Amino acid sequence: MNLTEMNLFQQAILTASAMVMFMSFLLLSQSRVISTIHTFAAQSVLIVLITGLVAIEERELHLAWSALLTLVLKVIFIPWLLHRIARKFRIQRAADIMYSPALVMLAGGAIAIFCYYIALPIERYIEGITRPIVAISMTTVMLGFLILITRSKAISQVIGFMAIENGLFLAAVSATQGMPMIVEIGVAFDVLVAAIIFGVFFFQMKESFDSFDVDHLNQLSEGDA
Amino acid sequence: MDQQWDLTGWLLALGQTLALMALAPLYAGWIKWVKCHLQNRRAPSIFQPYRGLNKLFHKRPILAENASVIFRMAPYILLGAMLLAASAVPFVTTHLPTTAVVDMIVLVGYFALAKFFLVLAGMDVGTSFGGMGSSREANFSAFAEPAMLLVVFTLAMVASSTNLSIVMQALQETGLVLRPSLAFILAALLMVGLAENGRIPVDNPATHLELTMIHEAMILEYSGRYLAMVEWAAQVKLMLYGVLIVNIFFPFDLAADLTAPALLLALGSVLIKLAFMGAGLAVVETGLAKMRLFRVPTFLILAFMLAFMGMFSHILLEVA
Repeated sequence: MNLTEMNLFQQAILTASAMVMFMSFLLLSQSRVISTIHTFAAQSVLIVLITGLVAIEERELHLAWSALLTLVLKVIFIPWLLHRIARKFRIQRAADIMYSPALVMLAGGAIAIFCYYIALPIERYIEGITRPIVAISMTTVMLGFLILITRSKAISQVIGFMAIENGLFLAAVSATQGMPMIVEIGVAFDVLVAAIIFGVFFFQMKESFDSFDVDHLNQLSEGDA
Repeated sequence: MDQQWDLTGWLLALGQTLALMALAPLYAGWIKWVKCHLQNRRAPSIFQPYRGLNKLFHKRPILAENASVIFRMAPYILLGAMLLAASAVPFVTTHLPTTAVVDMIVLVGYFALAKFFLVLAGMDVGTSFGGMGSSREANFSAFAEPAMLLVVFTLAMVASSTNLSIVMQALQETGLVLRPSLAFILAALLMVGLAENGRIPVDNPATHLELTMIHEAMILEYSGRYLAMVEWAAQVKLMLYGVLIVNIFFPFDLAADLTAPALLLALGSVLIKLAFMGAGLAVVETGLAKMRLFRVPTFLILAFMLAFMGMFSHILLEVA
């Protein structure tokens, strides 16, 4: 279907999903802790928007509920929690050192093309306007992995993990009109628990190593170095 | 296009070229005026750039002893390239003989030609500041040009043509369509425009510190009418970027036929859009600080990524 034949709703869904991919690239390029948290929140807002628009467009009530769940959890609660941790440890302005950001961005571009290529056969079996979003959700997942690989601070890694979750959620919305409600609540609960465990984990890390650098976790004990 | 052009078309093309050249200092003055008011300063008259150019044209140019012919040739080539570019960008109508024969890649080529000779002129006299400015300019344009060309290619894919008139007509005909690709390349083009015109996050046009200069460093050795031509060319370039952006992305009122009411309406609307665009530029320049020199490539790579995503989302979302 051509873009010009769609109604404004459908165009808005596609534009928002393109913005989700852009937010992933922004997450990849940013190094300040606070701005990654804000970018993650913005990405989650876009996911909520897409889910809500798909719910209206396809008349699926349970998607509206999962949009609400995402709003509460990923737009409000998790950014607030991470914000609090960042404030507590005074790392708002701390920058995560990343080696050759330009190269990482180009790698992100290559990943996007790769995901488009492998999403093509999947998209053939999907009906409706959310079809092209599958490639974008895969890209979001893969870029989340790239964030995990390239960052060394624990808090940016958590953001990368949450970005992967955003991508999976988008894939569920676009490919199958959302997961069953019970699964969705289960996943949301998992994310919630993960966020809290990460919070505790940060405290432990700070106490043991006085740093958030996950490279310290390679050492087995404090004795060998 | 295999249309036959009559005299009116050619006259209009000449008129548009002269109008763009004549209005460019006014546009620069307008941006400066808005910027001064935003910063709580008393603004100079918006006609001040004309007076400045007039003064410089009446002064005797002073050349360095070892200035070669390139140094004296460069201002003419600069202004000439801008003159050609001004004839190639549709200003109030897309039905012009000059815009029909030139496509976007040629336009990028005009800008590149002007920049090439400016860089040469900066190095010609052999002062350290000129060479420094030239090396920076060459470095940044190596990053900016791929982004610019990706923007051009994306537009060409959207409209199935690299000709600016056809692109604008195609976008005008589809009306209001939310295109993710256009949103991305608009952002990319804005960033490239800031960098190419030496505006604030990349270069400060009003700076007096030689060590931070880029564009100003290259033209430090110019004086008199040469300086006037270089400055005028820079003003025309800024204006052309503005016209390009408003006419590609907001082409609602471009005249479809060459009648006086349609042309006047188009002229009024394009001037209002340009005024808003200039005010927006002044807001950006007031709100942002000049970034560190070594962060500029990252800024331009972000522009490149945006342009890439524009092209990618066009393939992904719009033709699937």
